[in-house]
Amino acid sequence: MAPTSETQPAPEEPVVEETLVEEVSIDGMCGVY
Amino acid sequence: MFDPGLPYRCSPSVALRPEPFGALVYHFGTRRLSFLKTPQLVDVVSGLEHHADAHGAVEAAGVAQPQRPAYLRALAGLAANGTIEER
Amino acid sequence: MKLVDHFQYGLNSPICLTWELTYACNLACVHCLSSSGRRDPRELTTAEAKGVVDELMAMQVFYVNIGGGEPTVRPDFWELLDYSIDHNVGVKFSTNGIKLDGRRAAQLARTDYVDVQISLDGATADVNDHVRGPGSYDTAMRALENLAAAGFGQPKISVVMTRQNVDQLDDFKAIADKFGAQLRITRLRPSGRGADVWDELHPTAAQQRQLYDWLVARGEDVLTGDSFFHLSAYGEALPGLNLCGAGRVVCLIDPVGDVYACPFAIHEQFLAGNVRSPGGFQEVWQHSELFLELRQPQTGGACQSCLHYDSCQGGCMAAKFFTGLPLDGPDPECVRGFGEQALAARDGAVPLPKSEVDHSRSAPRKTRGPVPVTIGIGRPDRACETSPIAGFGASANDSGLFSPAP
Repeated sequence: MAPTSETQPAPEEPVVEETLVEEVSIDGMCGVY
Repeated sequence: MFDPGLPYRCSPSVALRPEPFGALVYHFGTRRLSFLKTPQLVDVVSGLEHHADAHGAVEAAGVAQPQRPAYLRALAGLAANGTIEER
Repeated sequence: MKLVDHFQYGLNSPICLTWELTYACNLACVHCLSSSGRRDPRELTTAEAKGVVDELMAMQVFYVNIGGGEPTVRPDFWELLDYSIDHNVGVKFSTNGIKLDGRRAAQLARTDYVDVQISLDGATADVNDHVRGPGSYDTAMRALENLAAAGFGQPKISVVMTRQNVDQLDDFKAIADKFGAQLRITRLRPSGRGADVWDELHPTAAQQRQLYDWLVARGEDVLTGDSFFHLSAYGEALPGLNLCGAGRVVCLIDPVGDVYACPFAIHEQFLAGNVRSPGGFQEVWQHSELFLELRQPQTGGACQSCLHYDSCQGGCMAAKFFTGLPLDGPDPECVRGFGEQALAARDGAVPLPKSEVDHSRSAPRKTRGPVPVTIGIGRPDRACETSPIAGFGASANDSGLFSPAP
């Protein structure tokens, strides 16, 4: 099963509301093997 | 397709861990990590299994009317990535 | 608000963490981040290790990255693997492949919630073995063959990017595709034995650019462990949290139970506590002085005025520490070249930080000599940030996004 490396894009354009859910890959944080 | 008129629940493959800002959600099957960025959304998601439909869970969590569409969109996303499922 | 802003009050538990099971290793890679080789007599017992798993389960740490040294040389490795998985802690273990024969590969294929990561630092034996030792390439290939034959789904191949292998990126991808594996590339840090070879092995500025471009063009299904967030000043941020996770979202538990902020920061300065102390790991994670300090909002220091600070966050704490740079200044590999300036400005008489934790099997590591001072202050020029073309560099010929021409 492939962990995704996708994230919710950081809002560059003006947004009405901020995203309520954000996804990060289990491999997407610095400081692990 | 997510239908807010149907009953939902957290997937049994998912673990939800409350945090100061909301919650961390981990799907053991897909290894996907999601952050629920408000405590209210955490209440909605945890409450799904106790309500007849998703609308009910959103209302019971005290989500203000203007925010409800955003919360339903969030639930649709969580259904799409397997965090919640029809029950 | 970015997700990372929500972390300001800290997390109840790490999101995931690295757990080095042993300092023993059958190899002696020249860049080993944990200076492994010899087992430490104080390593956690099987019972103590299970106690750590119990704590991780109670803290709802969903996933742990097990490494070392070579974790599979511990006789109880397979017992601990099963114990973790049975206690809701998913495992990825990082290995040079030495123990992954047909039998173990078949066992792993039958086991759910386990990821296997094979270390490989060259797409050819000569490039790989130069860093990892004779025969290590063959060992890795054999392990990958055994896993594929056993039907193990999608192992990871993890590569540390060096000056010598940047040109092999496409070849690494081909190897991954051949074995049904997922490629993972990570940053070389000047940590452990890596400090001794960093000058020769870290990618050049041009190669960093090449690496970034490759990730943007071909890296859609390539993992990076978010280790290249210091390159985000080149353009689009790469996928990931894009920040230093040390003590904030991740940490290290070492073979003797010491808890460090990060596996690349095995040094007294980044030691938060020990799991054998009262309160165990949870007490260290939630209340250690070091971690509470690391969770304070970062001001950016000398980098604060740089337009790119928001995306690079000042880079890697460990990379700065072990090259003798101040933690509130630029990363040694800052893509604007401020790191090079800062390196040149170091006081040549002050020795670089060296960890006391060294389990290398060979003679003591050579100590680095003093760095000759050749240039003056290395502070980013604030004036260029306030000019009408701020963000486009100090002059019309300088986009500000690339290292200054030599």
